[in-house]
Amino acid sequence: MQNKTIAQLAADLRLRTYSSVELTRHYLERIGRLDPQLNSFITVAADTALAAAQRADRALKSGEAGPLTGIPIAHKDIFCTQGIRTSCGSRMLDNFIAPYDATVVEKLAAAGAVVLGKTNMDEFAMGSSNETSYYGPVRNPWDERRVPGGSSGGSAAAVAARLCPVATATDTGGSIRQPAALCGITGIKPTYGRCSRWGMIAFASSLDQAGVMARSAADAAFILDEMAGFDPRDSTSADVPVPDYVDALDDDLKGLRIGLPREYFGAGLDERIARSIQEAIREYERLGAEIHDISLPNSPLSVPVYYVVAPAECSSNLARFDGVRYGHRCERPADLEDLYKRSRAEGFGAEVQRRIMIGAYVLSAGYYDAYYLKAQKIRHLIADDFRRAFEQVDVIMGPTSPTTAFAIGAKMDDPVAMYLSDIYTIATNLAGLPGMSIPVEPVDGLPVGLQIIGNYFEEARLLNVAHRFQHVTHWHQAAPAGFE
Amino acid sequence: MSLDRSDIENIAHLARLAISAEQTERYAATLSNILDLVTQMDRVDTTGVEPMAHPLHMTQRLRPDQPTEPDQRALFQALAPLTEGGLYLVPKVID
Repeated sequence: MQNKTIAQLAADLRLRTYSSVELTRHYLERIGRLDPQLNSFITVAADTALAAAQRADRALKSGEAGPLTGIPIAHKDIFCTQGIRTSCGSRMLDNFIAPYDATVVEKLAAAGAVVLGKTNMDEFAMGSSNETSYYGPVRNPWDERRVPGGSSGGSAAAVAARLCPVATATDTGGSIRQPAALCGITGIKPTYGRCSRWGMIAFASSLDQAGVMARSAADAAFILDEMAGFDPRDSTSADVPVPDYVDALDDDLKGLRIGLPREYFGAGLDERIARSIQEAIREYERLGAEIHDISLPNSPLSVPVYYVVAPAECSSNLARFDGVRYGHRCERPADLEDLYKRSRAEGFGAEVQRRIMIGAYVLSAGYYDAYYLKAQKIRHLIADDFRRAFEQVDVIMGPTSPTTAFAIGAKMDDPVAMYLSDIYTIATNLAGLPGMSIPVEPVDGLPVGLQIIGNYFEEARLLNVAHRFQHVTHWHQAAPAGFE
Repeated sequence: MSLDRSDIENIAHLARLAISAEQTERYAATLSNILDLVTQMDRVDTTGVEPMAHPLHMTQRLRPDQPTEPDQRALFQALAPLTEGGLYLVPKVID
């Protein structure tokens, strides 16, 4: 049951082959049995899931079912869910039960999805390994001594281990694509503004975007069809029509122009990963695509630019956590300043505090021009590189991550080494473009991701390009041992 | 780029974070490393380049100045660590 596609599950539920309650119980049983070794869920919402599954079964019986009615999903614990704790991976929000649903949660509920629970993540989505979570690290189902990537490591591990068919996630600098690559699944980060940020706890508001973790591009298309769209409650939501992503999946790739940026294949990339990527590119040539050599000359600067822009926005967004209105509050504050300072020092972990401090510094009087303004100017140059590239090609391809999953603990003492895990993903966020990662040939039994970057609002093309590859290859069907 | 103890104390104050003397040393080292990474930006000439604040160059959308949310004070205050009579309580600010 856990290896069926979303389309198969939807068809089976309609034919009453099994009920949504049976399907939901099946996943809850797998989570109960297998998740203790992975730690991919922070909260399992068994009771509300079964109640939602019962409602779904009634809707299926009465013919009122929506496209996802009765299909279990999991939400990254960054999306506010009314009645289910939303911790954002932080002690700060350990006791926080949101009074409302995020738009993404509301839309998927309206389509009939059943929420199994909330997945683990790096604290406030700040991390590339899921080790900064207050709830402990997530382990990679392909090798439990290794990280699943981050920040959406819980969603990635849960989907890879078949603990849920699909999960929501968010991507600020690679947090969907990098863990998708490291866990051998399919992840899509849509164009900035494509999915609503309302009710999605803010990290860096000009970069944050919600997306999907799934086992195939086709499954992701079914979910994105329901998630995407304009939301008047999010002031940066894009008022652009949403095409039918499922409809476009089978389009022919003959004549597709693929750009390979030479900066994505240079020093720092594991040679074995480079070979896997090149083999995937050859598969695309067999599918009729043309390969073009391109350059994104400013992309090596994306990591430095990101580590100004993201911390600056995070220090501003996280100023709201003051120990007064919600979240952690210290014991016996001496005065208001002590209340703020100790509540925040106790509530936030080390990486979040580091980023808040970097942000406070780069925005402080006398440094703004040298850091924040300079970063925003280079951000423009990075976006211009992509604009020029998309005059010549339809999609850009390269590796998602320079390495396969690394050992738990390997990079925790060296923040800069950790930041470089996102060297190929960050530029896409800075430009606001959509990106995907799909599994290609593994290296030493560990998954490798091919990154596909598209032009603004071309999610349909990305999903189509990914789907055609998955039609002729089987890498996306591989399951980690013990989780088949 | 190297930050010293007093820089770290000043930044921690701006960020409203209580840090210990021992943490100050550690922050000085890690934050300096991060700023070294960031200073790679200096290699690029950005004369005449416009700063990019929004990836899609959108302008802020406006809506009519009418209330759209109902009053849910009791619901929101149920989340607060300390309230009394509909007010959030904090330590005494004015003597």
